[in-house]
Formats: sequence, structure tokens, C-alpha cells
Amino acid sequence: MPIPGSGLAKGLAVTLRTMTKRSHTAQYPEVQPELPPRSRGVIGLFEENCTVCMLCARECPDWCIYIDSHKETVPAAAPGGRERSRNVLDRFAIDFSLCMYCGICIEVCPFDALFWSPEFEYAETDIHELTHERDKLREWMWTVPAPPALDPAAEEPKEIAAARKAVEKAEAAAAARAAAAAAPAADAEPGTGPGAPGPGSGTPDTPAGGPA
Amino acid sequence: MNDVLDVALRLIVVFAVFLVLPLVVGQTEHKVMAHMQGRLGPMYAGGFHGWAQLVADGVKFAQKEDIVPAGADRRIFQLAPAVALLPYLLVLVAVPIGPGEGAVGQVIDAGLFFVLAVMGVGVLGSLMAGWASANKFSLLGGLRTAAQLLAYELPMLLAAASVAMAAGTVSLPGIVEAFEWWWLPWQIVGGLVFFTAGLAELQRPPFDMPVADSEIIFGAYTEYTGLRFALFLLAEYAGIVVLCALTTVLFLGGWHGPFGADGLGWVWTLLKTAILAFVVIWLRVSYPRLREDQLQKLAWTTLIPLALAQIALTGIVKVAIQ
Repeated sequence: MPIPGSGLAKGLAVTLRTMTKRSHTAQYPEVQPELPPRSRGVIGLFEENCTVCMLCARECPDWCIYIDSHKETVPAAAPGGRERSRNVLDRFAIDFSLCMYCGICIEVCPFDALFWSPEFEYAETDIHELTHERDKLREWMWTVPAPPALDPAAEEPKEIAAARKAVEKAEAAAAARAAAAAAPAADAEPGTGPGAPGPGSGTPDTPAGGPA
Repeated sequence: MNDVLDVALRLIVVFAVFLVLPLVVGQTEHKVMAHMQGRLGPMYAGGFHGWAQLVADGVKFAQKEDIVPAGADRRIFQLAPAVALLPYLLVLVAVPIGPGEGAVGQVIDAGLFFVLAVMGVGVLGSLMAGWASANKFSLLGGLRTAAQLLAYELPMLLAAASVAMAAGTVSLPGIVEAFEWWWLPWQIVGGLVFFTAGLAELQRPPFDMPVADSEIIFGAYTEYTGLRFALFLLAEYAGIVVLCALTTVLFLGGWHGPFGADGLGWVWTLLKTAILAFVVIWLRVSYPRLREDQLQKLAWTTLIPLALAQIALTGIVKVAIQ
């Protein structure tokens, strides 16, 4: 059986111990918060990458992305070629008074033109000021941090995995070619191989081999 | 002429203490409570760790409109804060902080009686406020205050009587004069009962049922705003100072200390008072509010028997050593 009053003493001990520890208050305006990477502060536009595909504007649940563009015709690169048409961005604006920071636009952008920036201090006294136009969105790009490093045991990124596989295959093909070239020379029996390897052709064992 | 000057000086000093110490306790409560909850508390007012927060609060209260509800008993309603506050000022006059004539506002032969009687008047302020506000929450708060006063005045008086028996006098300086270190274990139960009952009489958490904000808004003070409300708050903190000073004088030996020259007795008194005030705040942070029936039960079934037992013990020891 516990001693009577031990619960009361325990309560006093808890408050006294808390008093000796550091407090948790964030003194925000004086001290900036330490935001985690990938914080959703504001959306930056890397407009050099934008092709005006309109995917972001169409996926936006709030319809808060405004895009205007026009087409320009690019003359043929080579004589006799066909001239191409190209989209040119006229206006790109995000209304942050409507935005709900879901990040779908950033997810759907196939050309990596939209990024999260951790900047969050862009409150305005007029709600119209919250519609950030193209130049302001471009300015936010300078505040986008480098992507955080992967965890030590994380899976390899797909792009790197694909590139690495291609290199390995090319090396295997080169090694096979070298082996095939060396074998006839050593045995002095040309024509017994599956085919004399010529420059630029792959061996039948490695049909997809090639320069990586 | 010299007498007049002497009296005026004493009153001014007592009044200054009365105005300053409650604010110090209030600010300490802000900061201690905040840190006990892992917060920082006021940080802006005054620049350095919010030291001027209560000054800012006072300015705010003074600027507010002084409203008297239409159905209220006007005069009683306006008088109540004064009735709640002034008794503590009067008590402070009689509390000695050091040995000799110079360290007490006025030596009163029946000091203990005077102090306890006047402290009881302070609660009348809450009763008047509750009754005069013409508000059901105020009335409920006032009635709870009355019930609490009835329940806790008795153990407080009994515990104080025990000390008076031990010292053989009811003069506050006389009691401290007679104090010996072994009174501490001898009167410890009485001291705890006195302190607890005093807390309850001040309606401090965990005995703040009369102002339980989740049930009856703010009890008897619901209808008050502005300066009058601030006076009620000041009365609470003045009450803490008075209660802690009285507990120090009666049970902790006042200006007696393990070491220190004769001139430093008042430091001991203030130090003990400050520690007790810290305990008051500490208890507020640590414990939830007692329910009304638990509150009554604690007084009638625990504190009063304990106080009576303390009186019996005091009597036995007193006879034995004579």
C-alpha cells in the first residue's frame, strides 16, 4: 500500500522538476524557428522549366493557379525541316489566399518547375497582395533549400539506379567483346565464334548493350 | 510632534510594503507558474523578463470603465473591494518582522486576536460582492465563500490558539520572543493546519471553489471590472503575504534564524515569508481544484481533529515542562 500523501508529494515533485528544466516556449519574432526540410512555406516557380502544360492549374483543388500563355513559331532548325510551335509563358500566379498548401501542383509538375520553400513570412494587409505573380514566384526559388540527403540505409534513387544499371551493362558488354576478341587470337581458330565482333555491334548475349 | 511623525512614518512604510510585496508575489507567481508549466511567462513588459507586467496590468485595469450592473445594490457593490482589501492592510500593521519596537507597525497586546479577527473581515468583502451583484453566479460564489469561511476559520483559530498556549501570550512579538527551535517539530501539525486553512480562506487553488471559473465564471467577482476587480485581485495577493507572514511569525520563529547578527532578524522573516509564498504558488500549480464537498470534508474531518489534537499535545507538553 502506498504511503498516504505520496501522490501529493509526487505532484509537487513533477512541477518542481519542470521548473528546473528549460521551457519550451518558441520566442518566434526574436528567434526564427528551425523548420524541418520540406517545410511547406511558399511555392516557388522555376519558370525556365515550365512548358505551360497546365497540369498544375488543372490539378489544383482550389483553382488558385492562374496561367496565361501564347504560342510562338520557331523556324526550322535545318533547311527543309518543319517549323515548330512553342508555348511561351505570359502569366503565372498563385493566389495564396486560396491555396491550401496541399502540394499537388508540385507533385504533378512533370518538368520540376514548382518547389516548396520554407519561407512563411509573407502576410499582407490586403488580400489581393497574396496573389504572387510570376516574378515574385521566381524570387521564392532563391529560398528553396537543397534537397536533404537520403537516410543512410535508404533505397537508391531511381534515376541513379537506372544510370548505374546502364553503365554496368555497357561494361559487361565491353568485357564480353574483349573476351570474344581475345579467344580467337589465342586459339588461332577464326570463324568458330558466334560471329566476329565488329566495331559498334553488340554480342548476341548482350542485346541491349551499348554506350551508356 | 515627534509622535505624529513616528506614526506617519510607520504607516507609510507599512503602506509601501502593502503595495509592493503583493506585486512581487504576483510577478513571482507569473514566472514560477510559467516555468513549472514549461513556459516563459511574461517577457515583454518592462524589457527585462517582463518585470513590469503587473504595472502594465494595473494601467490596463485603471483605464477600464467601472460598471455597476443595473440590478446591483450600488453602494454595497462599490464598497465590497475596499472591505476585501483593507483588512489585510490592518493586519500588516500588527505583524512584527524583527525584534524590538522599530520592526513592527504597532505592538498590539492581543495581537493574535486582532489579526485573526480582522482577517475574517476580509472574507466579508467577497460575501458583500456576491450578494450585491444581482447575479446568480456571484450569489453562488458568495455562498460558497461563506461556507468555506465557516469551515476553515475554526481550524485556523484552533491552530493559532495552540501557539498562543505554547507561548503563554497572544502578543505576536511575544510569541516570536518565546520561540525555541524545538517548537518547530512540536507545533508542526498546527502549522500545517494553519497554513492550509489560511489558503482555503484566501480561496487560493486548490481551495478556489468559490471562484471556480469553469462552473460559476468568477464567483463573487463575476460582475466586477476595472479598478475594483484589480482591488479584489490585489486583496488575494495581499492575503498571501499576510498569511505567509503570519505563519512565519507563529510557527517558524519569525526573526529567529540558525545564524545571523541581531540586526538581520527582518531578513529571516522576509526570507521565510518568501519561501512560504513560493509554496503557495507551487501548490496552486500542482493540484487541481477540490470539489465543494471534498473541501468541506477536508476541513471538518481532517483539519479540525488535527488542530484539536495539536492543542491537546501542546497542553500536555506545556504541563510536562513546567
